[in-house]
Amino acid sequence: MKKAGIIMIIGSLLLLGLFKFPLWNIMLGAPQYPDPLGMDIYIEGIQGVEEFDIQNIDGLNHYIGMKTIPKVEDMWEFEVFPTVIGIMVAIGVLIGLLGFFGKVSYKWFLGWFVLMSVLGIMGMYDFNLWLIDYGTDLDPKAIMKLLNPDGTPMTYKPPLLGYQKMLNFDVDSWPATGAYMMFVGMMLTVVAFFVGKKEYKAK
Amino acid sequence: MMKKSINILISLIMVAGLVSCNDGGNQKGKKGGQGGLATNAAERVYVAPGELDEFYAFMSGGFSGQLGVYGLPSGRLLKVLPVFSQNPENGWGYSEETKPMLNTSYGFVPWDDSHHPDISQTNGVLDGRWIFINGNNTPRIARIGLESFKTEEIIEIPNSAGNHSSSFITENTEYVVAGTRFSVPVPQTDMSIKDYKGNFKGALTFISVDQETGRMGIKFQLMMPGFNYDLSHPGRDKSHGWFFFTTYNTEEAHSLLEVNASQNDKDFIAAVNWKVIEDYVNNGGGKKVPANYAHNILDEHTHTATSTMLKEVLTVNPMDVPGAVYFLPTPKSPHGCDVDPTGEYIVGNGKLSADLTVHSFTKMLDAIENKKFDGEAYGIPILKFEDILAGVVKQPGLGPLHTEFDDKGNAYTTFFISSEVVKWKVGTWEVLDRQPVFYSVGHGMIPGGNSRKPFGKYFVALNKITKDRYLPTGPELTQSAQLFDITGDKMELLLDFPTIGEPHYAAAIPGDLVAPKSRKIYKLAENKHKYAVLQDSEVRVERDGKEVHVYMNMIRSHFNPDNIEGIKVGDKVFFHVTNHEQDFDVPHGFAVIGANNAELLVMPGATETLVWEPKQVGVWPIYCTDFCSALHQEMQGYVRVSPADSNIELSWSLGED
Repeated sequence: MKKAGIIMIIGSLLLLGLFKFPLWNIMLGAPQYPDPLGMDIYIEGIQGVEEFDIQNIDGLNHYIGMKTIPKVEDMWEFEVFPTVIGIMVAIGVLIGLLGFFGKVSYKWFLGWFVLMSVLGIMGMYDFNLWLIDYGTDLDPKAIMKLLNPDGTPMTYKPPLLGYQKMLNFDVDSWPATGAYMMFVGMMLTVVAFFVGKKEYKAK
Repeated sequence: MMKKSINILISLIMVAGLVSCNDGGNQKGKKGGQGGLATNAAERVYVAPGELDEFYAFMSGGFSGQLGVYGLPSGRLLKVLPVFSQNPENGWGYSEETKPMLNTSYGFVPWDDSHHPDISQTNGVLDGRWIFINGNNTPRIARIGLESFKTEEIIEIPNSAGNHSSSFITENTEYVVAGTRFSVPVPQTDMSIKDYKGNFKGALTFISVDQETGRMGIKFQLMMPGFNYDLSHPGRDKSHGWFFFTTYNTEEAHSLLEVNASQNDKDFIAAVNWKVIEDYVNNGGGKKVPANYAHNILDEHTHTATSTMLKEVLTVNPMDVPGAVYFLPTPKSPHGCDVDPTGEYIVGNGKLSADLTVHSFTKMLDAIENKKFDGEAYGIPILKFEDILAGVVKQPGLGPLHTEFDDKGNAYTTFFISSEVVKWKVGTWEVLDRQPVFYSVGHGMIPGGNSRKPFGKYFVALNKITKDRYLPTGPELTQSAQLFDITGDKMELLLDFPTIGEPHYAAAIPGDLVAPKSRKIYKLAENKHKYAVLQDSEVRVERDGKEVHVYMNMIRSHFNPDNIEGIKVGDKVFFHVTNHEQDFDVPHGFAVIGANNAELLVMPGATETLVWEPKQVGVWPIYCTDFCSALHQEMQGYVRVSPADSNIELSWSLGED
């Protein structure tokens, strides 16, 4: 299972990209923002695409009563996510090594993938909850209180994935480099599972 | 069948030909010549919404004292850049920070007459770092940074009067040069005007430029005979190290110059070897003389200008530096003095001459080496006209003023009297084309046209007379510029556009050499203004006797504080206003009722100060003058002004009920 072990190790290590590259990116363009404002969401915090984007997004959001974009210390996720990813990388590399030396079954690779997928879905769920809170828990003294056509108060939850028109803004929310690296890494662990299975049967 | 179709086709073509011939005929008859639709001129100057011009054109504001920034080929006005004149629109010269910029040895001078912009160069090629421009009336040179498009420095020129043969730069921006149009007594003294001849001096000033900061300092002043020094031009490439100045009134007349200064058959172009003089002064040459002139610098981090009076200047007597100065005889009161991109040809535009005189730099050096002199003037050798002549452009027009060059070996000379631009071949002196202009062109401009590398796509005629070119606006009209396409054999008129003030000269540069580094905001974190409030917690109002300092900030869409009480009649209130925005194109204005000076327009991250001296008891509004946001109208506040003897304490607030 040498080949499968190596693929498993590479796959797990690709998750380290999350420490360097953003997981998600949300861009806000508008007629008066030909260069859209943007935020890069890292597992360790949120940063502006350009130096003052966060400040300027907060400045605009105060009109509709949204909270300011959370700092690192405002959300437990920014502490927990890096720890979880770190642990998962360590486990993945360990399983890969053990597989390489034939100490564990190739089924462990799939096990790691399933665990990582569950954690990933939980992460997305949590992210979506934050977006809902951010977009709906509005300051009652907001400068602009807008209503939907049906009379309900307008909320401003950005899309979890994809494009949405929100007032004068075109909002795009898409996975970024870190997410793609994680995705490729996770796929590699599945490949490792099948390669391991083949190597096992060939023995 | 086939034959028939061909016949029809041929007759159609003939008809089309006839029609277009007729069109051409009609257009020639029309003033302005070329109809946009017939020549697709409209297409060539049309910059579609959202697209950008190809060139920045900086056109001197003339008697407005400012610098107009236009886009080419559209001719759209992009900005009026305040330089020498107060500008209430943004508080330039009114705010406490910028008032020192207009300080001079004559005190505060709120205006000037700006003439000849020149863009900085490296190796003779435009580099887009800075643009320099001269104040003609109260002799000054300004340096404008092309990142902020802001006047960053102004230096006054002592011993000068009518700073006209300025501000031209050497090909590595080593020097910006300022020559005096009017000769004057040096030092100034109470004497009879009749004693002008032999006693007045003409100072040619070489100002060194620090290559890192752009800071200017007078390196030396060459004290020349009392002629009028009209225009000047640096040598390029092979003639780098020399500078050429046209003169008129070599007669040294002091009255009725239109007659008395037009008697000599030839005046001079003064050729100055500044490298020789630089060596001379670097080795301790020259004489330091007392002077009094202002050096004003706007600091980008404190957003505040300082004015320093300098008390000494180094003068050089041309007689003390052998080989430094020669006179090139040039017919009839030459105006422009222009050097072609190779540096070989020096064109003297003798404004009362029927011909254009072109001197050869190589022949000039040869004549100097072989001492082919034709006498001297005040000890300065005069070279023999015939020995240095490269050629003559015969009968090109009337009243040549200025010549500009393209990148294909052609020259373009403006003719004021015959109101035309004439294209001729450098080297053969053959006239290639002439086009009328409307009316009476002064200078012309080709982007990079006075550098080693012109961008020979457009020629702009800077016309002096407008008359009927636009809808009339009473007796006072704008000036008019005309844009020509010069890519073909013939110049083609594309566009008329109005210009502010009276552009004398202009300088243009491709947009991509400047636009990418254009500043969007000032970083608040780098704001070192003494009275800046970077945190809301620092907002306060302090009294110091009759002076009250308001430490205020603003961000969409409020002032902090927006209610102030405790001000009294007779106080001098300093509003120090910091713009907390860090977003592109979100300036805020600051205006207070009855301000006797101006308003402020504060850029993101900057701090500016307006002084207000309330004269009436009451509650007076302040507000933002720049429509900054959807809640711009809400961006307002009140200042309560109490009687002088009131004992109401200072207080301030924001958002209190």
